[in-house]
Amino acid sequence: MKVTVWGCRGSLPSPGPEKNKYGGNTSCVQVEHKDTCLILDGGSGIQRLGASFGEKYKEVHILLSHLHIDHTMGLGFFLPLYNPNVEIHIWGPSTTIEPLLQRLRRYFSPPLFPVRLSELPKHPVIHELSNSEFTIGDLEVKSNYICHPGPTLAFKISTENASFAYMPDHEVVLGSANFPYEPEWTSGYDIAKDVDLLFHDSQYRSEEYAARVGWGHSSIKDSVEFAKMCNVKRMELFHHDPLHTDQQLEKIMSDFKSQVKTDFPVELCAEGNVYDL
Amino acid sequence: MSQQPLELILARQFADSMTMAVFLVDPEGNLLFYNEAAEDILGIRFSETGIMPVGEWSSIFKPTDFDDNPIPPSELPLVETLNTQRPAHGTFYINNKKEKHVSITVTSIPIEGRPDRYLGAMALFWKSPES
Repeated sequence: MKVTVWGCRGSLPSPGPEKNKYGGNTSCVQVEHKDTCLILDGGSGIQRLGASFGEKYKEVHILLSHLHIDHTMGLGFFLPLYNPNVEIHIWGPSTTIEPLLQRLRRYFSPPLFPVRLSELPKHPVIHELSNSEFTIGDLEVKSNYICHPGPTLAFKISTENASFAYMPDHEVVLGSANFPYEPEWTSGYDIAKDVDLLFHDSQYRSEEYAARVGWGHSSIKDSVEFAKMCNVKRMELFHHDPLHTDQQLEKIMSDFKSQVKTDFPVELCAEGNVYDL
Repeated sequence: MSQQPLELILARQFADSMTMAVFLVDPEGNLLFYNEAAEDILGIRFSETGIMPVGEWSSIFKPTDFDDNPIPPSELPLVETLNTQRPAHGTFYINNKKEKHVSITVTSIPIEGRPDRYLGAMALFWKSPES
């Protein structure tokens, strides 16, 4: 399984010379295995992915963790959507009332976007997800609702010998009792348990989080505690705050590493990173 | 060990932050959690009991009506909600751990999560300040 990062910035695209190392594009991660291609989220990073997509895949599956704008804003700029020879499947969280198709149409319509879904050369196939387990091509996928405002899913992608958990937006402490000592009562545990690689929301420093409780994101400290509880093999801190520059991110990371030790690697995720699992 | 559904995790967090007593049960009626205020009513700490089956927790306190007649467990609002998957409401008397006769009003609701899953029930207890 090959995992490529096309965007790992949180909330808002924030390009600029001071963010060149970790990147300014919002959430978009490509997972490839044999003949299967999944794309996790359609943030602004999906534009570059679309531009370099090539002819390899005739079918692509876009799994949306949720429909906040930073995870969907790039969809209309994904070039394969305009190629009638590529079949696009869009998977996203189910809600109580409004079907996913209708919620996607809100984005694909004026005044937000000029092209309607019905005007695309090939209408995407829409799939609603909840707490689900299913197979896409050569990959096993598990989705669970996790703690974040609005219906939000985390994904676990597995092959016969590797596993990857994707939790870009997750306020783990708010959704957990007696954190980090009761896995049974911790949001997201079933997705991240024992995975080889975890991408997890780490938007804030602890002091920043204290002023943003309920906004749906985690501090680096809480994210790493969660990863320890889940016994992950490797962790990448994801969904960087749009105001944090490369220099600030590295300072936050070095301060954190001087205080907290882990027996697994913890790194800042960067746009362009590739992981072979 | 498996994780509880997100809806129950958040319900427990909600209960934990309330000063009124809250009980949380799964679809089989197992008492998954009760908060500090509920510990005061039951007279037992949650950490001492852990998860309790419905037959056990529903008989711990001895509810009576206004005429001091015992109320069977099946008529307690939370048990009614478990049986019907509908909200229930009632006012009755119990003896708390200090053996004091107190009037409590209970509202219980089923917990239904996405997508249309019945996950258990929650009961909120309001203790009359006059009692």
